[in-house]
Amino acid sequence: MFAEQLINGITLGSIYAIVALGYTLVFGVLDIINMAHGEIFMFGAFVGMLIATKAQAPLWSAFLGAIAVTGAMGYLLERFALRPLRGRPGASHLASLISTIGVSILLENVAHKIFGAGNQLFETPFAEIRFDVGPVTVYLVQVLILAISILLMAGLSLWLYRTRAGKALRATAENLETAGLLGVDTTRIITATVVIASAMGGVAGVLVGMAFNYINNQIGLSMGLKGLAIIIFGGMGSVSGAMAGGLILGLSETFVVAYGSSGYRDAIAFIAIIVVLLIKPQGLFGQAAPEAQR
Amino acid sequence: MSRTIRLAGIAAMLAFSLVFLGAGKNASKPAVPPKAKAPVIDARIGVISILTGQGSGYGEAITNGFKLARDEINAKGAVRIQLVIEDSSGKQEQALAAAQKLINSEQVAAILGPTLSTEMKVAGPEANASGVPIMGTSTTAAGITQIGKYVFRNSLPESLAIPASVGMAVKKYNIRKVALLYGNDDVFTKSGFDTMKKMAEDLKLSILTIETFQKGQSDYKAQLTKIKGLNPDAVFCSALYEEGAVILSQARKMGIKVPFVGGNGFNSPKVIEIAKDAAEGLVVATPWFADKNDPKVKAFVARYRKAYGKTPDQFAAQAYDALYIMAEALRKAGTSDRAKLRDALAGIRNFDGVLGRFSFDAERDVVMEPVVLIIKNGRFQVFQ
Repeated sequence: MFAEQLINGITLGSIYAIVALGYTLVFGVLDIINMAHGEIFMFGAFVGMLIATKAQAPLWSAFLGAIAVTGAMGYLLERFALRPLRGRPGASHLASLISTIGVSILLENVAHKIFGAGNQLFETPFAEIRFDVGPVTVYLVQVLILAISILLMAGLSLWLYRTRAGKALRATAENLETAGLLGVDTTRIITATVVIASAMGGVAGVLVGMAFNYINNQIGLSMGLKGLAIIIFGGMGSVSGAMAGGLILGLSETFVVAYGSSGYRDAIAFIAIIVVLLIKPQGLFGQAAPEAQR
Repeated sequence: MSRTIRLAGIAAMLAFSLVFLGAGKNASKPAVPPKAKAPVIDARIGVISILTGQGSGYGEAITNGFKLARDEINAKGAVRIQLVIEDSSGKQEQALAAAQKLINSEQVAAILGPTLSTEMKVAGPEANASGVPIMGTSTTAAGITQIGKYVFRNSLPESLAIPASVGMAVKKYNIRKVALLYGNDDVFTKSGFDTMKKMAEDLKLSILTIETFQKGQSDYKAQLTKIKGLNPDAVFCSALYEEGAVILSQARKMGIKVPFVGGNGFNSPKVIEIAKDAAEGLVVATPWFADKNDPKVKAFVARYRKAYGKTPDQFAAQAYDALYIMAEALRKAGTSDRAKLRDALAGIRNFDGVLGRFSFDAERDVVMEPVVLIIKNGRFQVFQ
């Protein structure tokens, strides 16, 4: 049973991590929390469901479709909810937070209108593939989820620290005006960041559908809140912090249920987060000054 | 803007209902048979239901059930009922206003509704204080009829449904050890769980574990893996069907093959729609079963389908029976006087309706034998 619960915890944690990566990327560059990320993630799940379950198309097309739709939503979000507020004299730092909250409410209700309120079945032949390791049953989806989360984290780190575009992004994050003066197309960099973060949300959505078989228009809210907690826990803007935080939260939630009581599932996980933050207020992998994290 | 739309909607509805009621009056007049053997009892019965906003699906089924019963009762001639239908929108204050209007301006003999237990908590005391009999047809929470001696209900409370399904499953499958699973953030599923736990203790079953979940959760694997490791004979699960169906699906996929026993909240064709094959073996108790092999039920289902184009659900059936119970009480009382009607209602015993044999107990609450169903071959069947 320990091995099975370990797998459950790692699967849940990897999904949390991918959701949190999307938050952390946007926060790292723009210093804003994108409250609509959870709802974009939810749309990714629904697009994946439409392609893989309703149209019975192959799984890779579900991923591509979800990436395309959520990427486009990311672009629209940046273009209409974030860009008009950026650099406006007198615009509060919180203005963009509020506008993303508005977008999240809009998206949740649009999903309600289009897909209805109840649970929708997400089934793919791929999600049924399993193999036995001794007494433990492992689903291939669970391995895939872990692999994708590690790949995304590694790819993101490489991109940020080893490429010119990554360098431009970090420069933009450090100081928007200076980066612009030095020839970085900051508008393009910011747009690309939001699009990439949203597309990662789309990938996470499809993975959630495959792992749990059901999706509804509320998953964005619950997953989004967990993702937010994780980036605070792991360190705002830190890629490895999002990964580690996600896995720790997923595993602790699972083991609280396995060896304690499921009524305390969230309580104990969040008490752990509070304790860590009391000892290290900047989060696990965060650095002291919020500007110098990446 | 939505306010204007709502206002317009209410205005339109009022206008429509005036027209509708007027038409009903005119139409029913010539239909009265001029038999002289017993005087026809005329009664205005108020209805409070959710006609707009969230939950209007329930209100639609409920008022459909009332209207069908009214037409049938009026056609028989001994009692002539006129329905005065008011909207509560599922809100307490609107339910109270509707009750006051029905009691004071409309001078109804009795009220049927409101739809939600929370609405009954405010409309019930008002009617009780004014001496107007009020009967809930869909209020299942504890403590409804204890509001006062004018408050009745014919909707099966969860505290009656669960002992039926649990008792039957335990006997049939020889269950000795169970795992309990419930939603701990909902009054309805929590009170269902309390009943399950009490049942399990009374039957001296060993409770291996008690697990919880929250509304809208999508991952139940941690709880289910734990339950699987404990190897119970059955899982008692107090859930609404949305969560319940997902739990069933994930449990079956994980290899938990034991029966699941639920309450009335788990009873919906949606379970089969969502969980598909995984729904097999779910045992629930319900007051209403549309496929029951009973001429009364078959006739009702056929007439309802003809009138509204769909199969009546439990809300329509409970409303339908409620108006018949009201007509029976009117006939017994021989008048539409409120106090005499109350006494006649309180005396209703062994009434045969589409829900089965129904009686009020000394506290005006439900006495009836719920139907226990099991999902087999992709549909609900009587569990025996």
